[in-house]
Amino acid sequence: MSLCLPFLSWRPPAGFPSPADDYDHARLDLNELLIAHPLATFFFEVSGRSMEGAGIFDRDLVIVDRAIKPAHGCIVLAQVDNDFTVKYLRLRRGQPELASANPTFPTLRPAEGQQLLVCGVVTAAIKRFTRTRHF
Amino acid sequence: MHFPGPFALIDANNFYVSCERVFRPALEGRPVIVLSNNDGCAIARSNEAKALGIKMGHPWFQVRQAWPDAGITALSANFALYGDMSSRLMGVAAGLGPEQEVYSIDETFIGLAGIPGDLARRSHAVRSRILQWTGLPTCVGIGPTKTLAKLANHIAKSAERKPGSYPAELAQVCNLAILPASELDAIMAATEVSEVWGIGPRIAGQLRMLNVRTVRDAASLDPATVRRRWSVTLERTIRELQGQPCIGLEQQPSAKQQIACTRSFGQPVDSLEPMVQAVSEFAARAGEKLRAQGGRTGQMLVFAHTSPFQPGKSYSKSITLALRRPSSNTLDLVATAARGMRAIFKPGIQFMKAGVMLLDLAPEGQEQEELPLDNEGEASERLMSVLDAINDRYGQGAIRVASAGTQVKKREWEMRQQLRTPRYTTRWDELPVART
Repeated sequence: MSLCLPFLSWRPPAGFPSPADDYDHARLDLNELLIAHPLATFFFEVSGRSMEGAGIFDRDLVIVDRAIKPAHGCIVLAQVDNDFTVKYLRLRRGQPELASANPTFPTLRPAEGQQLLVCGVVTAAIKRFTRTRHF
Repeated sequence: MHFPGPFALIDANNFYVSCERVFRPALEGRPVIVLSNNDGCAIARSNEAKALGIKMGHPWFQVRQAWPDAGITALSANFALYGDMSSRLMGVAAGLGPEQEVYSIDETFIGLAGIPGDLARRSHAVRSRILQWTGLPTCVGIGPTKTLAKLANHIAKSAERKPGSYPAELAQVCNLAILPASELDAIMAATEVSEVWGIGPRIAGQLRMLNVRTVRDAASLDPATVRRRWSVTLERTIRELQGQPCIGLEQQPSAKQQIACTRSFGQPVDSLEPMVQAVSEFAARAGEKLRAQGGRTGQMLVFAHTSPFQPGKSYSKSITLALRRPSSNTLDLVATAARGMRAIFKPGIQFMKAGVMLLDLAPEGQEQEELPLDNEGEASERLMSVLDAINDRYGQGAIRVASAGTQVKKREWEMRQQLRTPRYTTRWDELPVART
């Protein structure tokens, strides 16, 4: 379902021009760069400091793609005790645990009966230095 | 008429509640109801709320009194969220087969003509993908006709929600097209006639008087007799139950809680004007349906997308727009639809489909009072009845709105929404929060 498009398609100078090339001259669109699966992509605001080592700071926005299969080492959005959290996913003997990117925060290993649900993969963080709008 | 069957009906479980649960997991496993904005009555219920005995249309103040200790969560309808989640659901569901009819905000028919292999397995895969990509649980019913697909969906849902009601292997995905005749017969005998799509309470009552109580009883009626005694519409339903396709895609028999007008284009459309025209026409048709059932709408969903079965860039976008105040006026509806299309249109996209859906329906005369600063009310009602009369006489679209109108008055009327959750997916300042 996913469609990856190059920024510019190169074709030999000879030949009939394709009308599809018009598209390649559209202004760059961040959606194309950052979002592979629009139907499965959600934005979250981050609260907390445990992922600073990964470059994700308090109040940054993260882009979550639910269509990507989470793998060991990914940064993921997970659901623990009915709260959303952003952490590194580690698989130890097939068991998932959630690691921080800040040594002062512990790794979260689900206790007996505790539910850990990985919802999607964090594909990017958005960090703004000025706020042009009211949000 | 073109019948690209067999058909699937994909339907989200308790859609509004499921949308809320995607962003508030704590609501999982608890009784939750969603209330209409205008009168605070239940318009969606979680399974737990249904199990308590809460009915559709139940007013919140009564629910609160009747079940003070049940821990019920009541939420105001968050149509911005439901509209966006619906467009995601529809976009993923479109992958099941080459033709799609968006039937309502949470239901879509898929034409499966030419799809090889095991349809139930394919449906399970699409169902899992919808759940993974959007967080929304769905059920899929498959049948040789739309009426049977709808019935299959009811069976898939019931088998999941009430174990024992139907064979467990039919839960979530039910393909009636491949059941052995004896099993199909047993299932139809176990299903009340009132569950059939297109058989309302009044006709179901008449049928019961004649001892036609189950779907099997209805399917054994003689279509010609049914036409003489009732109508061509019911005859069509009976033929469909017998496996003979009579209802094509995008040929909707009756209005429901939401009114939807959508169409696939004969060929891709890539410019704004025809897209605005298309949704203006859909909005006008939706307005006719709305007035025919004596209602008003407070919210409109406008959507447009490419076909997943066409080459080229895929694109799918929707927007939920609030009307200044609940209305059934074609001028309001067309202006809102045009505004929506201008907001979601993107150049360079080969659009194959667009649609308009009216949400937040309320009966006429239930609207919020507003000071009559502009006296358009009565005059426009007269205008609308003249418009409908002319179109009725001279054919649809004989008179219509020439200019869609771009000026949108600032919204002065606000819904009561104390219990509304944030618009998680349509407002930058209302994003869900994740702790690190």
